[in-house]
Amino acid sequence: MTREHEIQVEDAYEGPVVQVTDLETGFKTPRGLVRAVDGVSFKLDRGKTLGIVGESGCGKSVLSRSVMGLLPSTNVVRNGSVKFQGRELVGLSGKAMRKYWGTEMSMVFQDPMTSLNPVKRIGEQITEGLRFHLGQSKDDARATALALLKSVRIPEAERRLREYPHQLSGGMRQRVVIATALACGPRLLIADEPTTALDVTVQDQILDLLQAQQNERFMAMMLITHDLGVVAGRTDEIAVMYAGQIVEKAPTSVLFAKMKMPYTEALMQSIPKLDLPSHTRLQAISGRPPDLVNPPSGCRFAARCLYAQDRCLDEQPPLMEGDTPGHLYRCWYPVGTPAGEEALNMNLRKNRTAAGLKAATAAEGVGAIPG
Amino acid sequence: MADQHLDREPTDDLDAPVADIEVGLAEPGTVAAAAVTPVPVQVELSRSKRIGVFGWCAIGWLTLVALMALVPGIFPGPGLLERSREAIVAGNFGPQSGHWLGIDNSGYDLMTKTIHGTRASMIVAVSGVGFALIVGGFLGLVAGYFRGKLDTVLTGMFNVMLAFPTLVLALTLVTIFASQPGTSYGRRVMVVSAAIGIVSIPILGRITRANTLVWSEREFVLAAKLLGTKTPRILWRDVLPNVLPAMLQITLLGIGIAIVAEGGLSLLGVGVPASIDSPSWGNLIATLRSQLFLGRPWGVFAPSLAIFLTVLSLNYLGDVIRARFDVRESVL
Repeated sequence: MTREHEIQVEDAYEGPVVQVTDLETGFKTPRGLVRAVDGVSFKLDRGKTLGIVGESGCGKSVLSRSVMGLLPSTNVVRNGSVKFQGRELVGLSGKAMRKYWGTEMSMVFQDPMTSLNPVKRIGEQITEGLRFHLGQSKDDARATALALLKSVRIPEAERRLREYPHQLSGGMRQRVVIATALACGPRLLIADEPTTALDVTVQDQILDLLQAQQNERFMAMMLITHDLGVVAGRTDEIAVMYAGQIVEKAPTSVLFAKMKMPYTEALMQSIPKLDLPSHTRLQAISGRPPDLVNPPSGCRFAARCLYAQDRCLDEQPPLMEGDTPGHLYRCWYPVGTPAGEEALNMNLRKNRTAAGLKAATAAEGVGAIPG
Repeated sequence: MADQHLDREPTDDLDAPVADIEVGLAEPGTVAAAAVTPVPVQVELSRSKRIGVFGWCAIGWLTLVALMALVPGIFPGPGLLERSREAIVAGNFGPQSGHWLGIDNSGYDLMTKTIHGTRASMIVAVSGVGFALIVGGFLGLVAGYFRGKLDTVLTGMFNVMLAFPTLVLALTLVTIFASQPGTSYGRRVMVVSAAIGIVSIPILGRITRANTLVWSEREFVLAAKLLGTKTPRILWRDVLPNVLPAMLQITLLGIGIAIVAEGGLSLLGVGVPASIDSPSWGNLIATLRSQLFLGRPWGVFAPSLAIFLTVLSLNYLGDVIRARFDVRESVL
């Protein structure tokens, strides 16, 4: 059939599974265009995992939906290029995208409470894609669904097939969501905060499961999260996003060993550490992300950055390459460089950054109000 | 979400995660996996969800109504066309042996009339609201799912229809389509049903739209789309079943309102036409209302009681059904 032929042709394709170049995604609002994703580029090979990290509202989820072509067609501006298996996806209609969804690229959503239909049995939700995409008969699809549920380690899979989502626990539900996403053997799996809605005890299991499935299937995976700890041991590369842009991107070990971007450093420091004495104040990042309708002309993080100098307010740093190949960052005064140290020390001495943030106070973690 | 977990009562927290750890740690296929059987979710229906005594009374009454509508002949009492001359001669119109709810001016038994009037009332109400359920439900579903201009147009239409005085609209329809001399009984009933149906469309449409807006935002709709499910199937299989409980509740409420509306139309003389052999609850009240001035209030009592009990039962049952079948999140 044509479908098999198509897949054979694509298997011969050697390049990256996804190559995103200068992707811009904006929403038209009465206030103006909200630039949720502003010039993001990355590529992702088979079997590799890219972690995308950033705080709420930095454009992580919009990026993932934009790559998948899942955004509504009205009031959305999407420019740049998303190449999947070498083929351009930007500009394709929803109908054309349907060929990719499920079989080629798939998604695990944040909240298993809302991503499963409460009035459909588990079995029905998993087999739907199998029957539609792979044309399996009812019995075949059922058998596949059973195998899938077993592979995501759901005990008593047979019985679960007949149950409704509310009869399962949160962790079990997320396993079902993963099974559904994996059903048709996608090449790219986007996990959009897959553990945020789950209990801490279950988070690790779900992440392990995702990783195991990825290795087994040799998929490309985008792991989106606001938690650096989640991506630490599980990704090949990490992209840190801030205000719609990638502000630092590096292979995971490099990023943790020598992060350059003050934002990444601040994110790291905001993770509570077990060896600190109790009642230690959390190192929060003070301030809020900038307005995405009128982003600042300089560095977008400048207003909240302890390193900020006058240059940071005027001139937007480009994505520069560091000493290690593949380590990109956007900063004029990178962490760990003489220029950066000097900038930080100067700000701490003056207790004031170029943007007016009380540097010393903020460094102690007492949320300071800029100005 | 994370906050919620933190905020939860410790007692709440103990159950769910523990079960999960056990299940998660057990290797599939080992004895351990078989031993750690997750406890099936036993949901004790809370008080508000039980059907309860009143619920069963409502069901009982509605069953009776259904029987009265379908097979009015099985009920004891005099026939529809039997007149009681003795009672008239005795001047005894009130409740009496053989005529538990009294007789009308011509000696016809009021209980029999009310029982035989059920069918016409129910036909008008059920078919009218059923029509509204299909049309309004469809329009609401489409408006809520696709949104955009279509939604603006349909919502505007609903608003215009809601703003239009219901009785005037019904009066107009009946006057135009079913008031010529020689209009058949069937045609008149149809037009009255249609009038009630049309005025019910915006009510059902708006409820459906509001619920669809909420449910179609859920990620499982996106997930279904991602699986390649086509839009009509998503609407039918993913959105509609979730919206249905709310729709059904409003439908039951709507049937109640329609029964009352039929009475109102009859009082205005545009309801189901009154004649000796074709009573309806509405036209019985309309024709018997003159008895109120003759000091015989029980004339309107029988059909009014029937309407009262039916509307009450429908409303109560609507609530019960919604609470009971809305298993979606309430038990989580």
